[in-house]
Amino acid sequence: MSDHHPTGIKRWLFTTNHKDIGTMYLWFSFVMFLTGGAMAMVIRAELYQPGLQFVEPAFFNQMTTMHGLIMVFGAVMPSMVGLANWLIPMQIGAPDMALPRMNNWSFWILPFAFTMLLSSLFMEGGAPNFGWTFYAPLSTTYAPPSTDFFIFGVHMMGISSIMGAINVIVTVFNMRAPGMTLMKMPLFVWTWLITAFLLIMVMPVLAGAVTMMLTDRHFGTSFFDAAGGGDPVMFQHIFWFFGHPEVYIMILPAFGVVSEIIPAFSRKKLFGYSSMVYATASIALLSFIVWAHHMFATGMPVAGELFFMIATMLIAVPTGVKIFNWVATMWQGSLTFETPMLFSISFVILFTIGGFSGVMLAMAPVDFQYHDTYFVVAHFHYVLFPGAIFGTTAAVYFWLPKWTGKMYNETLGKIHFWMSMVFVNLTFFPMHFSGLAGMPRRIPDYNMMFAEFNMWASIGAFGLGLTQIFFLVTIIMAIRNGKKAEDKQWDGATGLEWDALPSPVPYHTFATPPKVD
Amino acid sequence: MADNSEKETNKPLLIRLVAIIGGMFLFAYALVPLYNVFCDITGINGKTRGQALYQNVEIDKQRVVTVEFLTNVNRGMPWEFRSLVKSIKVHPGELNEVQFYAKNRSKQDIVGQTIPSVSPGEAALYLNKTECFCFDQQRLKAGEEVDMVVKFYLDADLPKDINRLTLSYQLFNVSDSFKFEVATSK
Repeated sequence: MSDHHPTGIKRWLFTTNHKDIGTMYLWFSFVMFLTGGAMAMVIRAELYQPGLQFVEPAFFNQMTTMHGLIMVFGAVMPSMVGLANWLIPMQIGAPDMALPRMNNWSFWILPFAFTMLLSSLFMEGGAPNFGWTFYAPLSTTYAPPSTDFFIFGVHMMGISSIMGAINVIVTVFNMRAPGMTLMKMPLFVWTWLITAFLLIMVMPVLAGAVTMMLTDRHFGTSFFDAAGGGDPVMFQHIFWFFGHPEVYIMILPAFGVVSEIIPAFSRKKLFGYSSMVYATASIALLSFIVWAHHMFATGMPVAGELFFMIATMLIAVPTGVKIFNWVATMWQGSLTFETPMLFSISFVILFTIGGFSGVMLAMAPVDFQYHDTYFVVAHFHYVLFPGAIFGTTAAVYFWLPKWTGKMYNETLGKIHFWMSMVFVNLTFFPMHFSGLAGMPRRIPDYNMMFAEFNMWASIGAFGLGLTQIFFLVTIIMAIRNGKKAEDKQWDGATGLEWDALPSPVPYHTFATPPKVD
Repeated sequence: MADNSEKETNKPLLIRLVAIIGGMFLFAYALVPLYNVFCDITGINGKTRGQALYQNVEIDKQRVVTVEFLTNVNRGMPWEFRSLVKSIKVHPGELNEVQFYAKNRSKQDIVGQTIPSVSPGEAALYLNKTECFCFDQQRLKAGEEVDMVVKFYLDADLPKDINRLTLSYQLFNVSDSFKFEVATSK
């Protein structure tokens, strides 16, 4: 097959090529990442000092809400789908995704969904202001009129992720090259397959929750309205039934990424491949029975708190298996520390810190103190930034030579890494302390006693914001003037994309399936 | 090309996946009745049950439990609403009667609905109401006032560590939607 591809805007609008769609997903998620990041800058600027400096409390609430929504649904999730699009067909020896037309559709819904969501910022009454968890009745009875745009936006991004997930499952089940058995698949494919099942299980529940909000707001139902026989606490149950698997949706693909990168730069096979697969599956299964650990403070009976506490702590076991395996892979390996490896190692270290604060939060008796404080903010930013985002960043550096045929500048990559490492910790580590001391989340003003911690966190956040611009410049420089990459840029890398394909990969690959022994 | 056979194998899988998705969407709605049934059986969340009968109830004269009454009026509800006593001491099994007072202070007719809740939640299973204004909605004309009654008894099986419980009523303005029924939480 020739390497001909259409040109101009039509190439991108009508493309069914998994590489084009993967590229669009990645750029889209980066734009959303900068958008959500800009909102974080507003938040941190306001919190630089106690008192109200820059924004009104109402606008501050809109910023925290939109920052969360944009980062979760606009930055992290699409970036993972982008990686899946690029890598899964190449890694299993397939010519493309199984359902390419739907693939195009699932991407092109996203810009519309987020235009709708972001347009609410300019509406009368402002954007949604009830936190990204949109608890009823804040999001029903007391919400601004723009909430309906938010609801339909969530519907659309939900449809997009469901279609992406269907595509991954069908591709992995039906399109593997001959000889590529399930237990030979690269771990990235495995983690994404499990993520895809999580997505099709919980995104419809989220769609149900926002639909109930919609009918409560406009059509006289009372799902979450006590006056009509409903119950606002039930909203939290439905939301977190989606919400907890959702956090694994955001992190599992990153687990897959570092499971590819660490063996490559350790020049060893991944330690405990099958235990990694089973650990990922156990995490996914457990994620369905732990949701109420987000709700310890709602007045659950002790038996319920015990159940959810123990189930939650159980997740530390498969997660521990994974951390152990990554460390064991590096053990006695001939390590080198190129940028993707640096990001992966710091992923392991910092994600573990986030995991530990998660275990602390899982303890029902102490959660009453931590609940709704900056400790929670510190926890989930430690698993999301050095977790999901470092994972994606590592993936971009690792596979960029394969995708573009160009190498990034290693010095710039390392500077990017050390800026990220310093500023991530400077931003989020002090939040542990201010949280333990009792500083509440989502508040534009705070007690004088938290001033120092917040000043450090804000300085770190501004640095972290600059770091992303630096990342953008590094990547653009690589794409434009990078040195030519080799077909197998990393000598320790394994897998079909390195062994059977040139760099840059041609527009069409594996028109005849490769042989896998 | 293998295109046709590929499409053949994709279709059954696709149908199954779409079925799972549809099923999970319905499951979100099924959570609503499931949640209510679960709370009803276990009594968690402080939801009291519907009307009970007072028949052959054993009275435990040895034990005294304090029952406190709490009333709250929701936003947008211009009524005065309180219990005539703040708390009473009862023996489990004994039938008790408590008066509540409500007055519509606005210049319009308003329909109100009270929603009961018991704290600690697990006590809700043992609080049986034979009569309660919360089983119905109240329609009060402008300036009208009313005395309302709740009759209840505590089950003798009330866990030993509970010797004080609170029965709370939240009053909502349901004038906009008083036509549809209050299905649960009675």
